[in-house]
Amino acid sequence: MTENAVEIRNVTKLFSSKRGKNTEEVHAVKGMNLSIPRGKFFTLLGPSGCGKTTTLRLIAGFEQPTSGEVLIQGKPMTNVPPNLRPVNTVFQNYALFPHLNVARNVGFGLEIKRTPRAEREKRVQEALELVQLGEMGNRKPSQLSGGQQQRVALARALVNQPSVLLLDEPLGALDLKLRKAMQIELKQLQVQVGITFIYVTHDQEEALTMSDQIAVMNKGLILQLGDPVTLYERPANRFVADFIGESNFLQGKFLAGDAEITRLQVGERQVVVRSGERTFTPGQEALFTIRPEKILLAAADQATAGSIAGVVQEVIYIGTDTRYLLQLASGQPFIARVQNGCNSALNEFPKGAQVQISWRPEDAHILAN
Amino acid sequence: MNTRRFPSLGSIYFLAIIVLLYLPIALLIIFSFNNATAMVFPFKGFTLQWYGKLFQNRELLKAVGNSLMVGLCSSLIATTLGTMGAIAIVRYNLPGRTVFLAVAALPLVIPYVILGVSLLILFNEFGIPLSAFAAGLAHVIISIPYAMLIVAARLVGFPNNLEEAAMDLGATYWGALLRVTIPICSPALLAAFLLCFTMSFDEFAIASFLVGVDATLPVYLYSQLRFPTRLPTVVALAAILMTVTISVMLFNEWLRRAGQNPAKRVGK
Repeated sequence: MTENAVEIRNVTKLFSSKRGKNTEEVHAVKGMNLSIPRGKFFTLLGPSGCGKTTTLRLIAGFEQPTSGEVLIQGKPMTNVPPNLRPVNTVFQNYALFPHLNVARNVGFGLEIKRTPRAEREKRVQEALELVQLGEMGNRKPSQLSGGQQQRVALARALVNQPSVLLLDEPLGALDLKLRKAMQIELKQLQVQVGITFIYVTHDQEEALTMSDQIAVMNKGLILQLGDPVTLYERPANRFVADFIGESNFLQGKFLAGDAEITRLQVGERQVVVRSGERTFTPGQEALFTIRPEKILLAAADQATAGSIAGVVQEVIYIGTDTRYLLQLASGQPFIARVQNGCNSALNEFPKGAQVQISWRPEDAHILAN
Repeated sequence: MNTRRFPSLGSIYFLAIIVLLYLPIALLIIFSFNNATAMVFPFKGFTLQWYGKLFQNRELLKAVGNSLMVGLCSSLIATTLGTMGAIAIVRYNLPGRTVFLAVAALPLVIPYVILGVSLLILFNEFGIPLSAFAAGLAHVIISIPYAMLIVAARLVGFPNNLEEAAMDLGATYWGALLRVTIPICSPALLAAFLLCFTMSFDEFAIASFLVGVDATLPVYLYSQLRFPTRLPTVVALAAILMTVTISVMLFNEWLRRAGQNPAKRVGK
């Protein structure tokens, strides 16, 4: 057996739609290569229309790749219909059968496989108890709340003991508080049952909370693959840095650098950042990024090596933190976020104040593009 | 709001509609119990003899039989085809979907007399004899759009990935259709069937061209109007027909509403 639950090899999916005489072709997925390890919580993260749901549907078998192939548990799935694939899906709108009660919804897959009645009932009850709906078997889906319907959809998929569970934004319709609770519950459930989860979401916080590994997608391409810490701390490119959390972007001219650190000229000042994989020639433009919470603010008269000057445009107090909207000498906007911890002074830098902006070299890094 | 401002005007208007609409029907039913051949006041006395005569009239009973046969067969076929059409237009992004819809809905707007004449010519060319079968075929054509629209309206109310969910859980395409789509649509299927049946049962214009010697009930009724002495029997029959039709339509409407409620709750 291979180590990978799902392998996507060189898969391209083209959708063509006719508008009048013009046939418009849309690359939903472009030459994707992806290996999803067994037993992990894997997330496809990206804005709407990035191809993440199409990827999920290619794995489920609702779409066929235009080229390339999908393997599940090492077996090629070309021309294998959805009903014969060892995967189950939790749909975005749950897709519960309105004419069947909860128990029959959950038992649907077992009924089709002609599992003996006694075993079926036992497994349905176990699945319902797993999602804490043990007493709800006789209700109709329409009598349940959104969160309960979501659990039924989960039980209906898990009861079939699939090799891979596909989840298409299953928490999207729930309110924030319930969503947060379900995120933790889903992660715990995944660890408990040990099934590979492939989760699709556009919510970066959700992805960071639950995933072992995340693939960030945009326009049909995977832009970065990694664990949550890597994606947040070491985004590979501008899109990932921008999509996951908040980021400041600055442009500088390359001065000198080694494998560890790079010196860049930003306006009048020299700054130090962590080197990326890309190599530069002196004078070449380089883009680097810093998270707002990694910024150190100091009074205007405390300029240090590697600090740049800015003016406070707006001070936004948000409880745990204070957000400073700054403007650099070049006119570029810049965001700093300072935690209101026990030793920080409130209102240290009022609106209009001149400040010095600095950071630790390892917190700023050069992007590939 | 200003409902209190013109209470009399509104209620007079409503009353006028009710009277104009239902008085003739009520009169017909009243006269079907009148003990006289002429339909004039004053009332001559209560009788059930016209209803009694109905059931001794073999020609009439045969016409009822023809109508039932044509109605049942045509509405079964129309509901089946209409359902297939509805699934195709609602669930699949067919190329030329709008054209298909327009063509399929055409029988709704073509006058039945014209449709009857054209079908008469067509069937003649194809060598299909004038018969109850020919009339049934015509009724299938006029019923399909109704069946399709009723079932389509039901399908639209449900998430379109229920079949996908069923297939994801191991059902084949046909299994998903039988276990999920058809059960969900069953109130609409019944409603479509009943509507098609009442349409076929009442339809005169097309049937009059096509039935040949197998007169259906409306065709038979019309032919009897030439004989004044048979008028009360015809009136009695009309009273029965009307009662049955109105009951079926009321039941149908109730069914449609009963079927819609869960859809709204689940479909969001």
